[in-house]
Amino acid sequence: MKKPGEFYQRDREWHPPAYDKDYKTSVARSPKNALISLQNSMSEITGPVFGHNDIDAIDNDLLSNYAQDGQSPIGERIILHGRVLDENARPLPNTLVEIWQANAGGRYRHKKDTYLAPIDPNFGGCGRTLTDENGYYYFRTVKPGAYPWRNWVNNWRPAHIHMSVFGTAFAQRLITQVYFEGDPLIHKCPIVNTIPDPDAIERLIAPLDLNATIPLDTIAYKFDVVLRGRRSTLFENRLEGN
Amino acid sequence: MPQSLDYLKETPSQTAGPYVHIGLAPGAAGFDIYREELGWDIAGPNAKGDRIRVEGIVIDGTGSPVKDVLIEAWQANSEGVYAHPEHPGDVEDGFRGWGRVITNFETGEWGFDTVKPGAVPGRSGTLMAPHINLWVVARGINVGLNTRLYFSDEEAANSNDPVINLIEWENRRKTLIAQRTERDGQIVYRFDIRLQGEDETVFFDI
Repeated sequence: MKKPGEFYQRDREWHPPAYDKDYKTSVARSPKNALISLQNSMSEITGPVFGHNDIDAIDNDLLSNYAQDGQSPIGERIILHGRVLDENARPLPNTLVEIWQANAGGRYRHKKDTYLAPIDPNFGGCGRTLTDENGYYYFRTVKPGAYPWRNWVNNWRPAHIHMSVFGTAFAQRLITQVYFEGDPLIHKCPIVNTIPDPDAIERLIAPLDLNATIPLDTIAYKFDVVLRGRRSTLFENRLEGN
Repeated sequence: MPQSLDYLKETPSQTAGPYVHIGLAPGAAGFDIYREELGWDIAGPNAKGDRIRVEGIVIDGTGSPVKDVLIEAWQANSEGVYAHPEHPGDVEDGFRGWGRVITNFETGEWGFDTVKPGAVPGRSGTLMAPHINLWVVARGINVGLNTRLYFSDEEAANSNDPVINLIEWENRRKTLIAQRTERDGQIVYRFDIRLQGEDETVFFDI
């Protein structure tokens, strides 16, 4: 039995660089020195384990997890669903997926958000779930609205849902953003465009998934997440002791 | 055409943005939604070893505190065991070794309580000095930044640590050492993180 080994090197040319002059906040928050490359040790190949005791079943339903009894948030009702896989296309079961987003008007429920669009009294804007044994997850929510932000004076964020994923190791930890097929704002966004490779940007765009809709009820978008994969060759450098 | 390699590509990272708290620490965003938020208790009630507090501030390239950062911590217990199925050994009941902390919106100060981790096995039979792995995300950080917090009272272990010794510029190694102090009988380690500029913290590509 081969033990799973180290993680594949993260492709830093596929991810956005730390510094991007067009995403102004990155200018003073980007390290100037090169990252020090580490071969994996126990500190990187392990990571927190979560279970169903940590969360509640309602946590993945943003249509109801902050709504008052008998009410629901305003906006397009959507299902966001997909699988969490690794680069070897193996599903990652029982991994924690957390999301957060603006409401249908483009307003966040956050004490620091002062955009003039109103707070929705029935919408919190966050959810979390564990993938099932096949790496599958789903959320029910409303489609978030676009909103303006100060970068240049006329920047608008495309509709997006923030997503945080764990995997099995601290080396796999990832936060990204989910965009929606057909949104003309995607390719105008300086945050999206921190990603240098157009193919990589496409990977963040969730397609409309009519097969996963609930007819006459809720429309659906599909978003698969890929975390780093692991080597399994017999010719490892020794990761562990002796 | 040679055969194709059927690997998938990792999903690209995007910034956590200014409202990361809504998703990962909604109480701080200003509302109560979950039965229990995750990551506020790193060590649990049964963990053995020294109870410590870690405090710091994150500073940007202009010298200003970063007030919208979120930091995740990942550490072994006082025996040097990670709470993970691939690490041989057991941890105390309730010890997860993982936590997340956000900064004070006004001051940028952050802090968490935990136990001091033990030394952890490194590669090829080496031993790594006690350390806490940190992952820093915020608006303006496009890919989460990984660093390690070591302890100022572990001089001998630190001097033999294979990761610290990998840092070619010896004057930069000190950026990974949290300074021990005591306050009201409590052990407090101070660990400031400088994203850019003078004494820029060492960050790792893990």
